[in-house]
Amino acid sequence: MRKSYKKYYALFVIPTLAAYAIAFVIPFVMGLGLSFCKFKTLKHAHFVGLSNYIYVFTQNSGFLGALWFTVKIAVVGVVTTNLIAFGLALLLSRGLKGTNFFRTIFFMPNLIGGIVLGYIWQLLLNGILIKLTGNDLTYSATYGYWGIILLYNWQKIGYLMIIYIAGIQSISSELMEAAKIDGATYRQTLHSIIIPLVSPSITICTFLALTDCFKMYDQNLALTGGAPANKTMMLALHIYNTYYNRKGFSGIGQAEGVVFTILVLVIAGIQLKISRSREAKEV
Amino acid sequence: MKNDVRVSQSIQKNTRVSHFFSYLLMSVLAVLFLFPIFLVVMNSFKNKLYISTTPFLWPDSESFVGLQNYMDGLTKIHFLSSLGYSLFITVVSVALIIIFCSMTSWMISRVPCGLSKFLYGLFLISMVVPFQMVMYTMTKVANVTKLDNFVGICVLYLGFGAGMAVFMFSGFINGVPVDLEEAALIDGCNPLNMFFQVVFPIMKPIVITVAILNAMWVWNDFLLPYLVIGTKYKTVPVAVQYLKSGYGSVDYGHMMAVIVFALIPIVVFYFACQKYIIEGVIAGAVKG
Repeated sequence: MRKSYKKYYALFVIPTLAAYAIAFVIPFVMGLGLSFCKFKTLKHAHFVGLSNYIYVFTQNSGFLGALWFTVKIAVVGVVTTNLIAFGLALLLSRGLKGTNFFRTIFFMPNLIGGIVLGYIWQLLLNGILIKLTGNDLTYSATYGYWGIILLYNWQKIGYLMIIYIAGIQSISSELMEAAKIDGATYRQTLHSIIIPLVSPSITICTFLALTDCFKMYDQNLALTGGAPANKTMMLALHIYNTYYNRKGFSGIGQAEGVVFTILVLVIAGIQLKISRSREAKEV
Repeated sequence: MKNDVRVSQSIQKNTRVSHFFSYLLMSVLAVLFLFPIFLVVMNSFKNKLYISTTPFLWPDSESFVGLQNYMDGLTKIHFLSSLGYSLFITVVSVALIIIFCSMTSWMISRVPCGLSKFLYGLFLISMVVPFQMVMYTMTKVANVTKLDNFVGICVLYLGFGAGMAVFMFSGFINGVPVDLEEAALIDGCNPLNMFFQVVFPIMKPIVITVAILNAMWVWNDFLLPYLVIGTKYKTVPVAVQYLKSGYGSVDYGHMMAVIVFALIPIVVFYFACQKYIIEGVIAGAVKG
């Protein structure tokens, strides 16, 4: 049986593999190589060793500043989206009538792309800020920071909420009934049944939001574009600007891309380890 | 007895009060969630000067411009062609991803050799690597391979979408018994026909999930089409961003109308396949 498949192996695999090689594998390997080079065009690249990487970690590069700003967004973004989404999920899974309608509304922003979202929120936030303070979003990094947080909450709460609802609904109703018969208050049920049993969803949602914040680009570009003075620039946007808007900095941009990749890989690795250790416990 | 009745009445009253507050809270939040979109729609009928100064005022005789912003969006910004490019690229890319990745996943799941394991691992890498790592070199490769047009970019999307699609398809196929396939092969089907006649129909639920997740990604993707085909063919997100970067100061009237244009297909898509979208998102998140 397997033999008859083998003749067709190439036919089934090559189209995807070829596209994958062109879009990802070759550019990835080239990018890795270029991170050790100085170049303006590919033909004139020459090897400079680790100097790009060394520059990335100096103050002038702005990489560490962007990293710090990204971390600040990620910490507050992850906590706020998850808390609100979990609260909404509890509210929506109490069997009230009409919850589907609310679920539909809360989830909708998740379908809108980051660029469009950014300009929708620019209109709203500039309107409010100009009314209250006379200045717009570009006036202060604090405005931009909270603007990104608000936008991100609006976009992601519905998405995380849906995952939490699925987690809560998978708790057996017998368990909940038993708790009720034993006279457990809602708070006790939440503490001893719901939260422990949805902890896989909590892990998933935490890391979803975390990687999402780290990779955020479109929303950042459209809402603040880094203004004022690149103070609201997150990692992805910073790398783009280093690459394309600073002459002679392509190699450094590429090295930043590699460091960025390593950061995201580390986050993904931690997530994998946590969910594996949980599976091992369950078995 | 009397006490019991009283207790149950007070419980009922409590539930009613708590229901009332639940609804109140959800309604307030629903208004907050819809308000930004409402604001954009309202301002799309106003003159650009009034949008940035008084965005919260209802259009009046002075600021109201009717459909002028929308007409400009169609004639000056050629937004219709952007919608066309986005639609074409999304549909073709998703079709390519579904067809080729399901084939690949099935083959590497059914022939468990070293090569299959290697390929599976190789495909997964792209799921975690951020786009900025490959954006420059990928653009160069796309130029050399002549994929820098609105047809060729679909091949790039096949490549970038392969990781997630292979991961999800393989997970599904591993749970499908091989009996049916073996029976079909004994009947003299060749593997290619057998795949599309026997296996593919079984995969329908996961195909819908993968299609929805990829459609949402490709439709909204900005940086890839911006870098690869942005100067010649503007997809919807690229056209919106171009309003800002292209003409110096932003014409907020155009911006609002174009955003409304961009939102319409999303809202239609959402209400048409809401059930699948929500199920697909749950499946994608839990497995990814």
